[in-house]
Order: sequence, then structure tokens, then C-alpha cells
Amino acid sequence: MSSIIEVKGLKKDFGALQVLKGVDVSIEENEVVCVIGPSGSGKSTFLRCLNRLEEITDGEILIDGVHLSKDNENEVRTEMGMVFQSFNLFPHMSVLDNVTIGPRKVRKVDRKEAEHKALELLSRVGLADKAHGYPSSLSGGQKQRVAIARALAMNPKIILFDEPTSALDPEMVGEVLDVMKGLAHGGMTLVIVTHEMGFAKEVADRVLFMDEGYIIEQGTPDEIFNHPKEERTKNFLSKVL
Amino acid sequence: MLYVKGFLVALQGVPVTVGVTLIAMVTGAVLGLVLALMKMSRIKVLTALASLYIEVIRGTPLIVQALIMAYGLPQLMQSIGINFRWTYLIIPAIIVCGLNSAAYVAEVIRSGIQAVDKGQMEAARSIGMTKRQAMQLIVIPQALKIVLPSFGNEFVSLIKETSVLSYVGVVEILRKGALWNAATFNTFEAYIGVALVYMLLTIPSSKLVKRLEKKMSTDSAN
Repeated sequence: MSSIIEVKGLKKDFGALQVLKGVDVSIEENEVVCVIGPSGSGKSTFLRCLNRLEEITDGEILIDGVHLSKDNENEVRTEMGMVFQSFNLFPHMSVLDNVTIGPRKVRKVDRKEAEHKALELLSRVGLADKAHGYPSSLSGGQKQRVAIARALAMNPKIILFDEPTSALDPEMVGEVLDVMKGLAHGGMTLVIVTHEMGFAKEVADRVLFMDEGYIIEQGTPDEIFNHPKEERTKNFLSKVL
Repeated sequence: MLYVKGFLVALQGVPVTVGVTLIAMVTGAVLGLVLALMKMSRIKVLTALASLYIEVIRGTPLIVQALIMAYGLPQLMQSIGINFRWTYLIIPAIIVCGLNSAAYVAEVIRSGIQAVDKGQMEAARSIGMTKRQAMQLIVIPQALKIVLPSFGNEFVSLIKETSVLSYVGVVEILRKGALWNAATFNTFEAYIGVALVYMLLTIPSSKLVKRLEKKMSTDSAN
């Protein structure tokens, strides 16, 4: 069986700065992968390369066996949602429109059907009563849950999370992580860049530790958190745990 | 009383001034949006063309542009054997104001688009929208909202700027006053009348813009 995400020799430069120096990794369907590492390690860039928000400098990315390129980026993205650190909800649209705009405009689903599904998703993230409000009336945690519903509305096979709780007040982190746990248990393929080590320990099937543009070490949460082999991993964990 | 007469004479020019301004503003908005998109395009030729256009328009006075359009162009056409005359001078006047306003509006819209958070485009693309869809549905609506007050200011200054059209034979507010002056030599009353009519248009418009600005800033604060 082929992996749903296959990354080979991925390199990414920003001008003279080399952020990713050669990343190889395969992610299986239904797998929950957490990417951890110090800031500047390239973990967010790695994630953003997976849906081509960043154009890669060298290497290859296969999504569901298809070589990711400029020509198929839009189709690939419909199968791969993304949740951002800063939510990026569309402020000029109601919560319901935020969730339905993708299905309606990209998948050409009719409004009624899209709204029906959106309401279902909003109740799944506990926000059905906010459907007709605007993003500006929501708390950070609520915004991020809407962002997750927006990603889910496209019926993706994969969801990428880019530090989804880093911009949240501490008391709101839990509600977002709970929704993400639900997705993980529901069998969705998730790639999560996170600083929430407790969450990674609990939910991840596999943890990738990145530093200076490489994946230094990977393994089960138990292997990474309790028996790290690499010096840099130990060093990082001693600072964050 | 002569001041009242002067005011009433100038008032007759209001429909032309407001008409020219409105049509020019709409043309300017549409063309300005196109120019702004061209200027931000990755296609170098489009960027260069838009920049050139904006430089030329912003680098020359409106009156000169109006003279070229109203009198220069027909003369040029005739010299190459095409018999061309403007039937109504208000037509080149509207065209020139629209073309002029487009250059200013383009810069306003461009700054508006750039003021929209980069994350908005990324979020739109991340759900599979094309760049065009993302611009149309997500970025431009937010940009227009941001630039609405600047648009209003552009409208107010355009009302005043159309006064130069009196030099190319368009009978708008200033021209009405000037003609009355020529006929009666009530110079001071004529031009005071003209000034008052302009204020009648610009002061309420500016007030409206201020209101809009205030509303926008409280909106974005939420």
C-alpha cells in the first residue's frame, strides 16, 4: 500500500536561507503525525510545502500517489484542509458562509446542501448557535473551531494543522485540542505542528522531531518522549517538558 | 441681490458637474481596479504598462490632459485625414476625468489589497480556490471596504477638479459663473456664487466620508 503523503529529498530556500535541507518522510492513511521542534527548525515550512503554500526548491511530494505541482495544486488542496495559527477566518462573511464558501465555490455544491452539512459540522465543533454570527463576535477558541469546520466542509482526506493553539489564551487551548482529538479518533489523517507536548503524547501515532531543516528523529510518542536517542532531541525535550 | 443671483446661476451647473463626477468616478473605479491588478500582476508587461499609465496621468495636470483630449486629439485625427470632432465636449471631459481618476484610484485600491492580511489569501487557497476566486471572493471585498473612505475623498476632490473642464467648453458650475461674469461684469458676486455652490457639494460629501471613516474604524476594532 502506498502512503498518502510521500516526501522525498524536500529542500526549501528563502533566498540565501536554507530552511529545509532534505526531508524524507512517508505518512500513512489514518495516521496522526505530530511535528515538534524548536522555532526556526523548519516545521511550519515543512507543513506549508505539503499543500504548496510554499513552492519547494528541490525534491518531490506525492499526495495520494500524485506528484504535487502547480497544475494540480487546487485539486490536491481540496483533499487536504489546513488550519492556521492565526485562524484566518474570512471576516466579511458569517460563520456559516465561512464554512460553506469552499464547498459552494470550489466543489459547486448547491447552497442548501452546503448549509445543511455546515450546520452539522458546526454542531460537531459545538458552535451551531453561532452560525449566523460573524468571526469578530467569536473568541479565539471558537474561531479556531470554525476554522476546523471550514476545513472539514471540503471533506478532505488529510488536515494540516499549523500550530493551531499557539495564538490562543490558555483557557481556550483545551476546547480546540478536544475537537482535534475527535478527528484523530475518527480516523482522519492529521499532520500537526504543535508545541503541545501533552497532546502529541496522547494523540500522535508518530512524532517527528525537526531541527535545523532536518527530521532528526522520529518514532512513537513513547520512543520520542521517554527514550529519545538523539542528543538534540533530549536537549529540546529537557527544555519543554 | 447679486450674490443670490450669482449663486443661482452657478447652481445651474450642478447637474453637469455632479454627472461628470459620478460617471468619471464609476469609470475610474472599474478601470482603477483593473490597473491595480495589472500593477500587482506577475506578468512584467502588464506591470510596466500600468506603472507607465499611472506615472503619466499623475505626472501631468488634469487641464493639460483635458486640452489634449478635447482639442488636441481631433486636430491630430484631422491631420492624418480622419474627419473627427467631438459632438459634445462633455464626452471628452467625462473620458478624461475617468481616465485621470483611474490612476489615483488604482493606487488606492492597490494599497487596500496589500492591506488585507496575507493569511486571507492562504486560507482561501488552502480550501482549493484558484487565485482568481480568492481575489474575487475573499481579498477584493475586504480591500474595497478598507478603501471606501479614500474613495469618498477621491470623489470630493474630483468634484472640485472638474472645474478645469470649464476651460474646454463644458458648461459646469464654474463655466456658468464665468459666463454670467462676462455678460454682467459682476465678477466678485459671480465667483463667490461659484465658490458657495462647490461648498454646497463638498462639505456634505466630506461629512459623509468622515462618518464612513468612523464607522469603519469601529467595525475593524471589533
